Order: sequence, then C-alpha cells, then structure tokens
Amino acid sequence: MRAWLAAAEASLLRSLVGQVMTLVAAENTEDTRDFDPGDLEALFIELPDKAPDAPEDPVLARLLPDGYTDDPEAAGEFRKYTEAGLRSAKHRAALDMLATLPLAGGRVQLSGEQAIAWLKALNDVRLALGVRLGVTEDFEEQWGKLAQDDPQWTAFEVYAWLGAVQESLVQALG
Amino acid sequence: MSAAPAEVDLPKSTDKPLSDRPWVTIVWNDPVNLMSYVTYVFQHVFGYPKKKATKLMLDVHHKGKAVVAAGAREAMEHNVEILHGYGLWATVRQDN
Repeated sequence: MRAWLAAAEASLLRSLVGQVMTLVAAENTEDTRDFDPGDLEALFIELPDKAPDAPEDPVLARLLPDGYTDDPEAAGEFRKYTEAGLRSAKHRAALDMLATLPLAGGRVQLSGEQAIAWLKALNDVRLALGVRLGVTEDFEEQWGKLAQDDPQWTAFEVYAWLGAVQESLVQALG
Repeated sequence: MSAAPAEVDLPKSTDKPLSDRPWVTIVWNDPVNLMSYVTYVFQHVFGYPKKKATKLMLDVHHKGKAVVAAGAREAMEHNVEILHGYGLWATVRQDN
C-alpha cells in the first residue's frame, strides 16, 4: 500500500512511536547482558523467577494487560511466560514502522507485513494516548467540549489524526 | 391433540465436570480500538470470514465482550498473546 506524509507528520509519528518504544522496553536491564552459550543458567534468563506484578502505570497496564481476569495466580503465571515476549514484539513492530517511515516525510510504500507492523505500532500509540487523555467512546464530544487553547486540545487532535491514519491503513489492507 | 410427554430419565445435573469444560478466548470492549481494526484482527488472526468477524466485533462493542474462540487452554493462551500484540484487550477463561 502507498501513502504520503508531510514532514511534520512523519516527525510526529517518529516521536510518538519512540515514546512507546521507551515505555515497553524491559525495566530490568540486567536481562540484556551478553549471552554466553556456556552459561546454562543464562539460557533461562528471559524468564523471571516469580510472576511479575501487573504494571502500575495505567498506560503500560493497557499495553501489557492481564491474561486472566478471574484468577490472579493464572494471570501471574501468564505474565511470567509472556510479558517479555510481548514487550519485545511491541518493540519490534515499532522498529519496523520507524524503518519504513521517511525521515523528512514523503511517500510511504509498505508491503503487507510492513503495513501490519504500522497497524500494531500506531495502535499502541493510540492506546497510550487514549489512556493518558481518558478517552471514552464519546471521544468527539470530549474533544468538542475543550477550548481551543486548552493544552489537551492538540493532543485530542493528534489522537483523532492517528485514528484516521489507522483507519486508512485498515481500509487499504481489508 | 397431542400425546402426553413420555417419561424420560434425565440426568440429575447437566453440569459437566470442571476438567471437561472448554477454555475460551474473550475480547473486551475498549474505547480506543477502531471497529474496522478489531474486525480486521479477527479476520487476520483467526481466519474468520468478514461476516463472522464483523458479528463478533459488534458483540464486543454492544455487549462489552465476546467469546471469539474455544478450545485447549494452551491454544487460548496463545490467542491472547497474539491479540495483546495487536493491542486488543483479551483474556482466557474456562467456560461455564
């Protein structure tokens, strides 16, 4: 699929996607130490010893949700085995999007796989922004109530624009 | 005139043992994900035809949640992992 982005739009996307990448990067940097194939214990370093708690930051909690709602123990086990993978999958989608985003704007041409990376990365940005803004299903109404000089007005405008970009990508793929 | 219903022996309880109940993948409504995107994800991840994917999306939207798949626990957990990758709010539960 093909699209065209203005320089300011490309720069905005780069910044927003970069912020999500920072957010989903693993908190425990020890996990990224060099892998030594002779160190058998390191083979299992990806898995934490105990189930990690659900993130306290509501944005991160939305990006990395619980896998069970009615069983805290199962939710903990699910998180233990999947959270690191989910964080790196989100990181990878963001990287793949940035790799195909022209620095100074212009034409964007995407393969099917690249378009899916865009969908995922854009959606994570929308989820993050949506949680921060407290967006509800009556988003248009919430936005309409804001004065144009309200600091949140521009954020709502960006959120609406991201939704339009996402919609056009889905239509192009559908 | 209809015949009186025959007496039949019904099982005392229709509850299946816990271990026999299937596991399900549930998708919950949220205010951010676009309806078109959720439909696309159901088509792309589960291979559902557009009509079925759209119906499930509308169930999520109007009822707050929908069961989108059923089967073995491991398979449902795998679904949830994939759906989280797409940013959908999905969970696993044993059906009741």
